Amino acid sequence: MAHLSPTPVLEPGQDRTLILNMGPQHPSTHGVLRLMLEIDGETVVRIMPDIGFLHTGIEKTCEAKFYQQVVPLTDRIDYLCPMTNNLCYVLAVEKLLGLEIPPKAQWLRVLMNELTRINSHLVWLGTHALDIGAMSVFLYCFREREDILRLFEMVSGQRMMTSYFRVGGVALEPPLGFFERVGKFAERFPEHVDEYENLLTGNPIFMMRTKGVARLTAEDAIALGASGPTLRGSGVDIDLRRDMPYSGYENFKFKVPLAQEGDVYARYMCRVRELRESNEIVKQSLAGMPEGRVKADAPGIVLPDREKMKTQMEALIYHFKIITEGFAVPPGEVYQAVESPRGEMGYYIVSDGTAKPYRVHMRAACLGNLQTLPRMCEGGLIADVVAAIGSIDIVLGEMDR
Amino acid sequence: MALTPAVTDLDQLKTHPAMARLLAWNPAAVMAAKFDREEMTITVDRSNIREACAVLRDDPECAFNFLSDVTCVDWYPAEPRFEVVYHLLSIFRKERVRLKVRLESASPAVDSLTPLWPGANYFEREVFDLFGIRFSGHPYMRRLLMPEDWEGHPLRKDYPVEGYR
Repeated sequence: MAHLSPTPVLEPGQDRTLILNMGPQHPSTHGVLRLMLEIDGETVVRIMPDIGFLHTGIEKTCEAKFYQQVVPLTDRIDYLCPMTNNLCYVLAVEKLLGLEIPPKAQWLRVLMNELTRINSHLVWLGTHALDIGAMSVFLYCFREREDILRLFEMVSGQRMMTSYFRVGGVALEPPLGFFERVGKFAERFPEHVDEYENLLTGNPIFMMRTKGVARLTAEDAIALGASGPTLRGSGVDIDLRRDMPYSGYENFKFKVPLAQEGDVYARYMCRVRELRESNEIVKQSLAGMPEGRVKADAPGIVLPDREKMKTQMEALIYHFKIITEGFAVPPGEVYQAVESPRGEMGYYIVSDGTAKPYRVHMRAACLGNLQTLPRMCEGGLIADVVAAIGSIDIVLGEMDR
Repeated sequence: MALTPAVTDLDQLKTHPAMARLLAWNPAAVMAAKFDREEMTITVDRSNIREACAVLRDDPECAFNFLSDVTCVDWYPAEPRFEVVYHLLSIFRKERVRLKVRLESASPAVDSLTPLWPGANYFEREVFDLFGIRFSGHPYMRRLLMPEDWEGHPLRKDYPVEGYR
């Protein structure tokens, strides 16, 4: 947060240019991003992003919590994809523990994770179109997002901060009727995507605002640490779900949308196609959902069932011990990365053998993606900065942690 | 997926592509290595980190061309106190490797990777902000997340969780 600096960080280079502050309370910065723009007329000469307004010290807080108590904190990092954060964290802890989880839990995680991706992309699509001037898409997107939030509420009791995944499985069996509702949603969702695409994909105004705007080459994208659709929009073919599968993604068939142009429109096309692919994964996971338990058989790590707790002494003792003392994790370190809606989300966890993590670090996809913004926008127009911010799908909570 | 003991013997690990390449380049730069939970960790001498990364990035058989992450672990009060941790990813070979540098608490400084990957910029600034590690050769070594006038580096282990009162 260089905003408290007594001297301005960005000084005018020549007397033609001036410094314009964009944000942190600007609606098109998707949160509290501050950009210092050096402009020459309408042309952007330099951009200096200033972040940290949402820094809450989550990494430090994690070090003072038991492993299971960290799960709710991870929701709050990236508030648009809570389940992806949950998944990444629990996978990392399970890797540290060497814990195998039952197939049904894995498939449920994939199902919820893809619904989360749809949810996050819908927010992105709505706000991105709104920034560019297409108001109605926003209303349609939030209509479908509401359906997904209701599904989240059904399984976890929460609309946004779900904390549904646990180390060793998921918190609860989904309630009766849940799969039917997901099935109905997945059935009609492709029509809704058609609806959005009718409004945007061939729209001449939208194309003029996005085609050839904020270009990013593949070399620059890799060098600047971009990931996810920002990287795939520049033609780099990597998707961690397909290339380094986790949580049973190797059982699913899906395409990874790619675009070569590297402009705002290419990133838009990647994400919209991802909406359809994610919906396919949801359908596949519904069709092939295995039977069985949703928690691993690991007493001392996974909380016992409520019924057992009331009838068995052992279960009650384990319950008490997990709540009061947590569970010890063998010493070691892991880096687990998952493909979040924004790119590579990674958790680096170091254990010293106690019940609290020694160090938890989150690799934020947005931090890498934001670094591409100056490269995209310098030399362009101010109005294109708004389109470019939308196209990298920025979430400040994830970036600042 | 039962846990197997970590392999730390350099002789057993030298067939790993990243390890083989680094040993061929400069055996003295490799201080330790560990293969644990399917992940490879190589500890590199602090003066060689930038060259080691360049070797791993440019070698066609390794091709670790993407810098995923830079972070740090504070082992207070042990010495060397800090471990700067780099995660590299090969986009073509879909493989990861973790590099580490150990730093004494007296002069926590290491070469910046920004000449190799401009994207290291924010990650290194974050480590500087939260741990107080200096990256020499960095174009803009200032705090990233905390306010400019903040005192101390919050993720150090001797910094209280509630902050200084």
